[in-house]
Amino acid sequence: MPVVMTLPSVPSASAPDRAPAGHAPVVSLDRVERTFGDQTALAGLSFTVPARSITVLLGPNGAGKTTCTRVVTGALGPDGGTVRVFGLDPATDGPEVRRRIGIVSAKPALYDRLSGLDNLRYAAELYGLGRRDVAARRIGEAAERFGIAGALDQQVGGYSTGMKTRLALARSVLHEPELVLYDEPTSGLDPESSYAVLELIREMTGQGNTVIMCTHLLLEAEGLADQVVMLQDGQSLVQGPPDELVRRYWPDRTVLIDAEDRAALAALAGEPGVHDVRHRDDGPATVVVDDLARIPDLVHALARAGARVTRVEAERHSLEDLYFAVRRDSGENRIGEVVQ
Amino acid sequence: MTATIDPPAPPPKGQGYPQRPAQRETGRIEWGQIATVARTDLKQLIQAKDFWGPMVGLGAIFFCVVPTILLFSLTSIATVDAVEQISQTLEVLPDRAQESIQSSTGGDDATPQGQASYALAVFLFAPVAVVVPLTISTAVGAATIVGERERGTGEFLAHSPAGVREIYLGKLLASLIPGYVTTVVGFGIYSLIVNLIVGPEVGGWFFPTTQWWILMAWVVPPFLALTLSLVLRLSARVKSTAAAQQASGLVSLPLIMVAYSQSTGALFGGARVTWIIGGLAWLLAVLGLRRGMRAVSRARLLGVADEQ
Repeated sequence: MPVVMTLPSVPSASAPDRAPAGHAPVVSLDRVERTFGDQTALAGLSFTVPARSITVLLGPNGAGKTTCTRVVTGALGPDGGTVRVFGLDPATDGPEVRRRIGIVSAKPALYDRLSGLDNLRYAAELYGLGRRDVAARRIGEAAERFGIAGALDQQVGGYSTGMKTRLALARSVLHEPELVLYDEPTSGLDPESSYAVLELIREMTGQGNTVIMCTHLLLEAEGLADQVVMLQDGQSLVQGPPDELVRRYWPDRTVLIDAEDRAALAALAGEPGVHDVRHRDDGPATVVVDDLARIPDLVHALARAGARVTRVEAERHSLEDLYFAVRRDSGENRIGEVVQ
Repeated sequence: MTATIDPPAPPPKGQGYPQRPAQRETGRIEWGQIATVARTDLKQLIQAKDFWGPMVGLGAIFFCVVPTILLFSLTSIATVDAVEQISQTLEVLPDRAQESIQSSTGGDDATPQGQASYALAVFLFAPVAVVVPLTISTAVGAATIVGERERGTGEFLAHSPAGVREIYLGKLLASLIPGYVTTVVGFGIYSLIVNLIVGPEVGGWFFPTTQWWILMAWVVPPFLALTLSLVLRLSARVKSTAAAQQASGLVSLPLIMVAYSQSTGALFGGARVTWIIGGLAWLLAVLGLRRGMRAVSRARLLGVADEQ
């Protein structure tokens, strides 16, 4: 049985910086359940996505990320719980919801026998842009923006993986959606193409789009996410802005400090804001402080005491650290439950 | 932070989760989206020369090569005995058909070649007009939905605003049109061949007859739609194109036989019978389409169907 992590809360804005205050969430999932036969894909998943933010769904294969996007568009109905997108229920207002969403699936889902232009025209027509001026203008703009204008007349079967992803991205924004869903958009791309794709996604939120991206690549999420939702077995383990989650998981700030005369490091214990000093004879001391802004004061204090400082290094926890720590704890809990 | 949530109760031991009913999409059908889906599928079919090449060949064999050889042989046979033997076999045809042959070929003045070739052209090649479109359309339709799933493009359609009914009808049209267009073109060529070869024997151009017009415009389309409604249902349900081709072959073969016999009967029975047979076929086709529309769901386009 999946276990939901409970991290201590910290006084911090819960919504990402880009999200305007007071706006209703674009997407809201409340205790959503979905099964496939005897497999549970979503087991009471809950989270919200603020407007104009990038929410990254993180999790291993089979965690429920793709099912989650399918439930959001209404392509799959939930077995239980509530899904709201733009305040609408995708199960009953599917066409309206889908018209306002752009999506790039894990596979680009392009028609290989058609040209790039025909693929875009097909999407333009299905999304109600028609076949004339508006569609042509949007297709031209999207192709330019994603760098595929020169290849539009070629059959998609001859495109490289990177070009296919760019075409899929162009197709996803043709109808100027308010919400875009990307399911592992950099899958199979080389580092340069991945970087370009992520830059384009970042750009889109700057232009007012709300983005939900599924990935299991932690580095991608680290630089991009306003909010992460870590999924496991169809449940959210933790969710929130990455920095805030790190602060919740590791509320103490730690600094590694070393000096030629290690005995002098003991003086740090009395400094303001220092919670603890852990000495080691064969290495630097680990100093636990309330804020990393204390570091200059600590160095100054050691200098006053006549110590020659040889190392000062703030310990920073990445999203990757958090991910593995949360999953490790979750796994331990599960083992504990099984034993009980 | 997230609250702990109880997961859904597991199914009883030894049983899977129950199948859920498919989500029904209602409301007004958008014909523009049907046309868009159909047009795009046809564009892809045009690009698939490896597919339509053999299909055009099939139409050519049935509508051009075989009739030309048979009718030309019949009208060119010099041995009177052989032709009279063929003419005698016409006596097994229904009275109405025999009257039609007599009146259309000049009565007692008609030559045995004229009567035999007229009967062959008007009555015996009728099933061809049904077999060709059903074969071609079945081959196209079998791959249409399962193909979307196999290529991954079903994901795009499932997330698009297009309704599943529009997708179903668009794909049905895109499967129906190649078969029917091939048949109409083949029928035109067949008419020309018949009039050029048999016409001089019976006093001028005579083809198509009234029954043939009704057959082509009133009987063939519903049989095609009925067959496709079943084939597309199969295409939505099976797991691979190969399975779809096999299953649709099993389904379409009896329907081809029914269509074969009915179209022959329609020609023998006169215009009224043809209208009635066509009307019944339309009725069945509409019922088939209504049921067929329910077979396509977004879950099936995604390939995760666990719906009834």
